Amino acid sequence: MIEYVRNNFELILAAFGQHIALALIPVVIGVIVALPLGYLAVRREWLYQPIVTITGVLYSIPSLALFVVLPLIIGTKVLSPLNIIVALAIYTVALLVRSVADALRSVDRNVTQAATAMGYRPVKRLFGVDLPIALPVMLAGLRVATVSNISLVSVGAIIGVGGLGALFTRGLQLRFAEPIIVGIVLSVLLAAVCDSLIVLAQRYFTPWARVGART
Amino acid sequence: MITFEAVSKVFPGGTTAVANLDLELPTGKITCFVGPSGCGKTTSLRMINRMIEPSSGRILVDGEPIADQDAAELRRRMGYVIQHAGLFPHRTIVDNIATVPFLVGTGKKQARARAAELMERVGLPENLAKRYPAQLSGGQQQRVGVARALAADPPVMLMDEPFSAVDPIVRAQLQQEFLRLQSDLGKTIAFVTHDIDEAIKLGDMVAVFRQGGHIAQFGTPQELLEDPADDFVTDFVGRDRGFRSLSFDPAKDLPVRPMSSLPDGISVAVDDDGRALAWNSVAFGSRTRPLGGTFRATDTLRQATDVAISSPVGLALEVDDAGRPVGVISHAEIAEHLAAVRSAASAGAGSRPVPEDDST
Repeated sequence: MIEYVRNNFELILAAFGQHIALALIPVVIGVIVALPLGYLAVRREWLYQPIVTITGVLYSIPSLALFVVLPLIIGTKVLSPLNIIVALAIYTVALLVRSVADALRSVDRNVTQAATAMGYRPVKRLFGVDLPIALPVMLAGLRVATVSNISLVSVGAIIGVGGLGALFTRGLQLRFAEPIIVGIVLSVLLAAVCDSLIVLAQRYFTPWARVGART
Repeated sequence: MITFEAVSKVFPGGTTAVANLDLELPTGKITCFVGPSGCGKTTSLRMINRMIEPSSGRILVDGEPIADQDAAELRRRMGYVIQHAGLFPHRTIVDNIATVPFLVGTGKKQARARAAELMERVGLPENLAKRYPAQLSGGQQQRVGVARALAADPPVMLMDEPFSAVDPIVRAQLQQEFLRLQSDLGKTIAFVTHDIDEAIKLGDMVAVFRQGGHIAQFGTPQELLEDPADDFVTDFVGRDRGFRSLSFDPAKDLPVRPMSSLPDGISVAVDDDGRALAWNSVAFGSRTRPLGGTFRATDTLRQATDVAISSPVGLALEVDDAGRPVGVISHAEIAEHLAAVRSAASAGAGSRPVPEDDST
């Protein structure tokens, strides 16, 4: 095992690096797209249902199918990493839009009305009151999306771009367990680290969310 | 002064919340909007800071139509307190209170100093400053709500059932402190409540709303109790309004008899400092009876009458500020005094002074 890692260190490292990029770039894109969409779904009551339904349907498309079909739709090369990035960004948006909308909707109306009544203008209220209060629920959604992306990247190996997934296909082809084990361990490790980072960020940015009990 | 001129509000869907409202809220006074749910009292309040826009008519503050003013600027000049306080859960108490100073660009240091000062003013211990709202009791949160509304020293305060979500004991306490605060500050206050007792206790003026957004009566609490405009108001102010209206008659004019007039065999036991302790009566045998209650010159006829009725010797005992006996009066004598005062009033003798404090 150790010998396998030693002999293939550069290959594993490259796969790991690609895995991180393929998983996390879509998270960033997803957040940027989901925030305004989620906000829109809350501000325009009639848009909530259609937006949540459409993104829900998007999430139900099998990932492999999406990887294969995307080049035909957006005109990329079949082996381009862009296919994976776009596909995973779509999944992230699908997961996060609902989180963002529900998080914003969960902000106590008494609080938002009080903010307006005290003289907050709409934009300042959004960034000063609504979003900060919605943050814990949104970060919970972000954790799910991030971990889900990290696991989905591997599927891309079947179409040739899959980060650590490449180790799985290689192990299967060679009937060789070591690359598969290394791939699983690194993938789980990455998911655990990213998840913990988000939890830490949550603790740092929302200290108030943990003081629910009255003294 | 806040003026409603023929203000109506019809919501989409056709519900008339407020119908042709004409009303003047005097400067520096508390005006209570009271009525059953759905009577338009909250809608009326929320039109004052343009949270709701009237369908017709206009509202003026000190003669200026509010529709011409920037809504956010207008709101910063009006303190706003609501039922569940509506505090920002993600901000500390001191930053919650400093909300409006922050909004208008007051420096952080100065805004926080002002907030700390207000915490003291509304009776919040200093050590709560860095806590979050979820760590406070309901009563404390409501105090923060009041402090937050006062932070920018607005001339106008809008209060929407601010004390109705706390328990009765805390509520009574908050009401007393609110009145004391207002006697210092003299804000122009619109105060919505569904509780007629609260309206009568707090209001300088009371507007009784009825379903459909009409005003059934607008007057002083005393006028409401003594001269309700119609059956709706009579019903709304409740059955014991006669007794409650005694709260507006001061006890200081009562013809109290000196202690020397006590009948033979009845006396008041006092301690070393001369403070009244208990009733002695030959009828009680060797035991004394508790005083049950006393009244002072600053109390009202309601208090004096209550003491007289519940006294074991049929006499209400007046004491001075130190608790020493001053004199006694019977229930019958109070009733005679009341009859004389009322007939003089209805003969057009002018208004009687209203005591500040209803301590029953």
